[in-house]
Amino acid sequence: MGDTGGRRGAQRGRKAQPGRAGKYELRPKGPAGMGSLSHGEDFQDGNENTAFTWDVKANNQAYNWQFKEKVFLCWHRQKYKTNVIRTAKYNFFSFLPWNLYEQFHHVSNVYFLLIIILQGIPEISTLPWFTLFAPLVCLIVIRATRDLVDDIGRHRSDRAINSRPCQVLVGKSFVWQEWKNLCVGDVIRLSKDSIVPADLLLLASTEPSSLCYVETADIDGETNLKFRQALMVTHQELTSTRKMASFQGRVTCEEPNSRMHQFVGCLEWNGKMYPLDIGNLLLRGCKIRNTDTCYGMVIYAGCPSVTCGLPIPSWCRAGSPAPARVPAAPSPAHPPPHAAPQIFLLLVVMSTALAMSFGLWMREFKDRHHYLWILYQGGVALESFFIFWAFLILLSAMVPLAMFIMAEFIYLGNSIFINWDQEMYYAPLDVPAKARSTSLNDQLGQVEYIFSDKTGTLTQNILTFKKCCIDGHVYGPDSESRTPKGNPYLWNQFADGKLRFHNEKLLRIVRAKRDKVVREFWRALAICHTVMVQEKDSERPDLPVYQAASPDEEALVTAARNFGYVFLSRTQDTITLMELGEERVYQVLAMMDFNSTRKRMSVLVRNPEGTICLYTKGADTVILERLHRKHSAKLSTEEALAAFAKETLRTLCLAYKEVDEATYKRWHQRHQEASVLLQNRAQALQEVYNKMEQNLKLLGATAIEDRLQDGVPDTIKYLKKASIKIWVLTGDKQETAVNIGFACQLLSDNIHILEEKEIVHILEACSKCSSNPLTKKGFPKFPPHIKLAMVIDGDFLDKLLLSLRKEPRALIQNVEADDSRQEPWEAVRDFLRARGLSMLWQNFGVQQTPTKSKDSKTRESPEVQRERAFVDLASRCQAVICCRVTPKQKALIVALVKKYHQVVTLAIGDGANDVNMIKTADIGVGLAGQEGMQAVQNSDFALGQFCFLQRLLLVHGRWSYMRVCKFLRYFIYKTLAITMTQIWFAFYNGFSAQPLYEGWFLALFNLLYTTLPCLYVGLFEQDVSAQQSLQMPKLYVAGLKGELFNYWVFLQAIAHGTATSLVNFFMTLWISWDTAGPCSFSDYQSFVVVVALSGLLCITMEVILIVKYWTVLFVVAIVLSLSFYGVMTYVTQSYGLYQISPKTFSFLYADHNMLSCPSTMLVILSNVTLNTLPVLALRMICQTLKKPYPKEEAEEEAPTEEIFTVEPIPHLHRGSCGRRSSYAFSHYEGYADLITQGTILQRPQEVSSELESDSPVTSEEELLLRPNSSCWHFRKLSLGRLRHHQGEVSFEEMKPSSAMSSSSSVDRQSAVNSDNQGSPTKKLPAAMNRASGSFQKLQMVKKRPLSPKQRPPLPENLLSTKEGSVPLPKERALPKKHQLSLPESQPQPSATKPLPLGQTLWGSQTESSEEKLSPVSTSVPLGESQPYISPKEPHASKEGTVVETLPGTEESSL
Amino acid sequence: MAMNYNSKDEVDGGPPCPPGGTAKTRRPDNTAFKQQRLPAWQPILTAGTVLPTFFIIGLIFIPIGIGIFVTSNNIREIEIDYTGTEPSSPCNKCLSPEVTPCICTIDFTLEKSFEGNVFMYYGLSNFYQNHRRYVKSRDDSQLNGDSSALLNPSKECEPYRRNEDKPIAPCGAIANSMFNDTLELFLIGNDSYPTPITLKKKGIAWWTDKNIKFRNPSGAESLEERFKGTTKPVNWLNPVYMLDSDPDNNGFVNEDFIVWMRTAALPTFRKLYRLIERKSDLHPTLPAGRYYLNITYNYPVHSFDGRKRMILSTISWMGGKNPFLGIAYIAIGSISFLLGVVLLVINHKYRNSSNTADITI
Repeated sequence: MGDTGGRRGAQRGRKAQPGRAGKYELRPKGPAGMGSLSHGEDFQDGNENTAFTWDVKANNQAYNWQFKEKVFLCWHRQKYKTNVIRTAKYNFFSFLPWNLYEQFHHVSNVYFLLIIILQGIPEISTLPWFTLFAPLVCLIVIRATRDLVDDIGRHRSDRAINSRPCQVLVGKSFVWQEWKNLCVGDVIRLSKDSIVPADLLLLASTEPSSLCYVETADIDGETNLKFRQALMVTHQELTSTRKMASFQGRVTCEEPNSRMHQFVGCLEWNGKMYPLDIGNLLLRGCKIRNTDTCYGMVIYAGCPSVTCGLPIPSWCRAGSPAPARVPAAPSPAHPPPHAAPQIFLLLVVMSTALAMSFGLWMREFKDRHHYLWILYQGGVALESFFIFWAFLILLSAMVPLAMFIMAEFIYLGNSIFINWDQEMYYAPLDVPAKARSTSLNDQLGQVEYIFSDKTGTLTQNILTFKKCCIDGHVYGPDSESRTPKGNPYLWNQFADGKLRFHNEKLLRIVRAKRDKVVREFWRALAICHTVMVQEKDSERPDLPVYQAASPDEEALVTAARNFGYVFLSRTQDTITLMELGEERVYQVLAMMDFNSTRKRMSVLVRNPEGTICLYTKGADTVILERLHRKHSAKLSTEEALAAFAKETLRTLCLAYKEVDEATYKRWHQRHQEASVLLQNRAQALQEVYNKMEQNLKLLGATAIEDRLQDGVPDTIKYLKKASIKIWVLTGDKQETAVNIGFACQLLSDNIHILEEKEIVHILEACSKCSSNPLTKKGFPKFPPHIKLAMVIDGDFLDKLLLSLRKEPRALIQNVEADDSRQEPWEAVRDFLRARGLSMLWQNFGVQQTPTKSKDSKTRESPEVQRERAFVDLASRCQAVICCRVTPKQKALIVALVKKYHQVVTLAIGDGANDVNMIKTADIGVGLAGQEGMQAVQNSDFALGQFCFLQRLLLVHGRWSYMRVCKFLRYFIYKTLAITMTQIWFAFYNGFSAQPLYEGWFLALFNLLYTTLPCLYVGLFEQDVSAQQSLQMPKLYVAGLKGELFNYWVFLQAIAHGTATSLVNFFMTLWISWDTAGPCSFSDYQSFVVVVALSGLLCITMEVILIVKYWTVLFVVAIVLSLSFYGVMTYVTQSYGLYQISPKTFSFLYADHNMLSCPSTMLVILSNVTLNTLPVLALRMICQTLKKPYPKEEAEEEAPTEEIFTVEPIPHLHRGSCGRRSSYAFSHYEGYADLITQGTILQRPQEVSSELESDSPVTSEEELLLRPNSSCWHFRKLSLGRLRHHQGEVSFEEMKPSSAMSSSSSVDRQSAVNSDNQGSPTKKLPAAMNRASGSFQKLQMVKKRPLSPKQRPPLPENLLSTKEGSVPLPKERALPKKHQLSLPESQPQPSATKPLPLGQTLWGSQTESSEEKLSPVSTSVPLGESQPYISPKEPHASKEGTVVETLPGTEESSL
Repeated sequence: MAMNYNSKDEVDGGPPCPPGGTAKTRRPDNTAFKQQRLPAWQPILTAGTVLPTFFIIGLIFIPIGIGIFVTSNNIREIEIDYTGTEPSSPCNKCLSPEVTPCICTIDFTLEKSFEGNVFMYYGLSNFYQNHRRYVKSRDDSQLNGDSSALLNPSKECEPYRRNEDKPIAPCGAIANSMFNDTLELFLIGNDSYPTPITLKKKGIAWWTDKNIKFRNPSGAESLEERFKGTTKPVNWLNPVYMLDSDPDNNGFVNEDFIVWMRTAALPTFRKLYRLIERKSDLHPTLPAGRYYLNITYNYPVHSFDGRKRMILSTISWMGGKNPFLGIAYIAIGSISFLLGVVLLVINHKYRNSSNTADITI
């Protein structure tokens, strides 16, 4: 999830560059009057990139309505729509034509329509019109009904949404109106937790600096809070409803588009232009959070109907109904809808053959059969041509029209069963399983690869404090019996009761306060972290709520809190603790943050007594080597760590030391120097840190459990037994991932883990011997019985899979498929059409691929070869763990496997970072977890827990697969058994295409007579019970191998069908040959009746034999089917209908006459028996001869032991020597990260600059950027200074300087010191100021948190200043504070400082600001913003934008 | 299928309970149907159940087969080919179209007497009455007595729809090609005085055909009047209302016509021509002896190598002579028995298989 944010942020920044660079220039220049000309030019620049054709004026409907857009020729309509959304496709009038149009967009429907039209030509009309017409009409009616039901549902939800209330400014007051009445230009008021009704320009909010927090879960699935900010100018001016009403701003911006993270616009108000970007925008569908009230102006309203395919505003895209993913890439697993054409081809061939036979026959007999040839007027060729079409019509019943629609029902039914399954209902979240796509059920039974996310999928993403070791003593949780009944932490008013760790002994020691080590241990936990405090309106408002960057930290801090060391609050340089009831304020002197190379984090504090202490926590390896000397507790701690690691706990060592004042002074000096270095600063800082982090005293170790979800190990065990390969793709670090791999039994001690070097080695070996493909295949190094696993990381993949990166075709196709949603219904349906036969094609595909690859092997590039080798190698592995992979890489890996192995892949994940993967895989499973709904929304199946996957695959998947296979096989059999007789009959009627069956029989055969048993097979059949399926995962292998439906089975079905038709036809023929008389059926109609009835009964008999799960429903289905035959035959052969149309109902009493004869019954009986018995016997023989499944367990275990002894694992540092220690800060951060960084920004210089080391990977990039930005900075500032001297400095003028350190909006900048700072700061204020109410109060609210506790006078200052006029004091107050803090804590002002300083110019303190300015320009301390450049910083979306715009900005300014 | 789409879910954020806190959980109902736990009988085909079936079927079918076979063999049947393609045949002279009317006589001897009702058939071979265009070439409405169809026959009848601007009744190729030989049977008694055998014309068509499907145009007038305005089919000698003297067997309801109109399924077929009713229990219907068949030879078949036959046959409960059905039953019974034995052997040899992992379709 974090990754996505980061990526997106980076993208946004990049994209924004060209458009924005110019715009930001325009801002300062324009109003400053430095050149109104240049302003205009700049503006045009902007226009070139994005045409600002969207023009909205606030509170001025007349103006907005004047815009028209051309619709068609000279017909114009209102350009701006109302806020009505219409996801429904049809309305009352358009339903019929539109739906019919859509339905006949289809190959098979068109085909049948064509056949029906052909039938109208008398020369070639073989079947009566209704024979094909009735099924087609049924099909269309059923589909139309379904579409109608869908659409009614959409109408209903549309109505619900459109009638939601919101407050709109009408005249001088806000009134409640429905959403649909909103218009562009309206000013609306939103309160907390309400949903944004349209895309709004944020005008003001009750939060300081007009920040507004939104949750975008419904748009992008991210649950973290994001902030939006109003322009400073609107924030300051629009302070009352009256002013709102008179607001006359005019917004010009781009047309609504689908770029959700990009927006370029411009607000024109009172003759000045203000640039707008996405940060000023509230998108429809967001939820307002933590913000009491905010005001916005509607820019984009409504949502063009999905059907008209217009560009749509953000909201619609997010909510657009495209639940079923359409696999656009034609892979064998998803064949394009050419199934019908292929059958059609077969049909054409057969018709041609028969027509040619007719031609030959005709040539010979033409002049002889006088009674016939007068009927044939045309020549041989012409008549043969006619006969060809006639046969085409006659045999069109072979194209199983009904199969498609029945398959749809079966897929739907199986999906509904998934939804209904109680065993997959997750009670804690009230989430039942949900099959969102109903077209993939059968593939669930064939999944060969599972790609799983780790966090939140395998694990609960809940880290719990499990054990600790303090001073060598291990404190584990008390056993159940000894655990006190009540909450043992009741004595502690801050205990939140979440801690499940109970250890009475430890608690006693802690409360006794005697043990110093224990005291320091908990203190270290409470101090050394980057957790933020946030207060929420909960039932206990006095309790702090922690917002941590990583769940590990939160777990640790929470544990400390429950043990009485409560972290209360933090300011920029203090940390307040409540230690067992005593409040203590620690002054933070330095914060040496965590990064992946340091693997530790330290905080240097001065405690209330005045002593300076360093608290460190980190990975055991780094901590242990930094210990003071041989510790008494060191050995026992190491033992404890080993023990923890064995239990797959995440361990962390804690240490501390006291620092004397002199040492600190010296160190501080060096730290300062290092932090202002221009080059290699990160490195220098690390060295400085390292200096300090020496000679530590070990306090102890903690063990955190990354709790697996319930049943994960079992699930994985069973899935592995089912021969499913499980790959874990995680953004986490290698240690964490491997750790989890062991915890969930994906890896075990007897598995040989391949690491990168080895993989490279093998792959090279492969490429060398690639000339000889035979040796290449086997990977000679590893005998086949050795179990392998692979652990790789994202960078390695990147290097390895060059070609995939270069041309990620498969992925791109997949992704594009999602974007092309113009006709999702169409595509889905087309796809479904093919789905019925998907397996068939898939299995064909599997068989075709080896040959294909062999052919192409010679031409393969080395990259492709290497990729193939890699995939082959990986597929040999029992488990593959990919760590540190980005969401895109996740998808690439899936695409890679799909590319080289034609197998069914399943991706499961819970967060937005899994979306790519979920979309790429054949089957996407989303977990309805805490990470928002995006994974679910892009998935095909939504589950509550990972362990339900076992049931989903092994039970539902297997069942679905088995059902669909049985259904397909049976359906093919059934169709052929009936239609093949027509061909045999052709040999006896001179190839004249005379139909064998009565029209009504053919028409109703697929509709009524055999449908119910077919559906029963597809919906209810169970060969083994759910319990058995779960207990015997081996059964699943049948699906993997495609055993139940493949070429062979297909041929069997064809042979069986042909045999049945042969028996029925020829038995009847021979018996009736040259007979006549009372009970003879030598006449055409009787003959037909006997053959048809025999066929029907044979088919029914077959279904009786294949169904293994006889319920009442089945009996009902059989009985109903046969009685349908009885009733319908009676009806269609009755005199009443005959009188109406003798031609249509020509079989008058044919059945009646035939069935009243006992001999007819005997014939039918013999036909059915002859058909059934041999098949039954064959099946019995096969079953008897079939080998039973091998006994699995014993065979598996034996050889693995061998491996372990034969081939010791050299590189796996586990067991006693190695610990799976992980300083397990998850490498991606939530919005807490944003807070942390922002907060740190406000802290003294040395603290903030430490953060830089956070992104060591990108340090080069950083260095490159630095000089540029500094130059720019310098230039800007000096420019500002220059102007100031000229006495023309305006408020606006100074803004550019801030632009560089903050995000795009200049106004926002000036409001809060910097953007980065802004949002996080708000967390603090939010916490402090629970009752931030009216507009006017805002300013003081904002100041309060910023004031450090050590400087009580400052708040007073601020309070006094705020008494002044509304807009100004704020500006003044901010710099003041900074000024005060500047000289004291740091000689070098931070990069953020220039901004406040610049603003001070505006205020009274010009002199001091001048002083401060020069150091800024020389020292170039842009450090704070540097870390955000790092693409590895996933959540720095805001910051990413900021920094990345810099070069562009600079260029344009130069 | 986009059926499960619920835009509400997506707007409101989906599964996690809406803030309203509705008490209603979304737990699926615990019913046997929804949980797929319907009580069921799971028939597993084991040797124990299947083997007896095979033997039982064998035991049932073989006796039935024998019964049918015996019954079929007891049926007396004589077939006389009178096509006349062989020069020696008395009907050879009729092959040339000049001889009209051509009457030929064929002698034959019944070795054994025919008891009970005897059916007289004519048989045609290589005659494609099941040809598609031929089958279609009729107008059932006309045959059903529809007066408008009588005068305006269906287009299907083309090119036998109208003749000389008059609608043809009955129209179409089937009617046009109606079999029109006349067969008469004479018993040559000891006294060398041939006795004509009474041939019953009625009762040879299906009751439903005669009484429901085929009807003369309604009206009180004479049949000729009712067919006024129509013309006879091209090949016919007489118009339709002159097929028989009996008004109940004339016009469209003429049974010979009805029988012909019930087209045969296969190119070699028989059609019932006459009934020879048994006179009394004491005398056989057709005593053994010499007979001659008097044929008014009208129907040309030699152009398409067809054969014309006259068949005399007694009938049993299961119709005419049909040895194949009996043989089929005996064969099926034997096969069933044989399969049972094979299964028994195989099952005996490979008994180890378990049926739990039975996932064959």
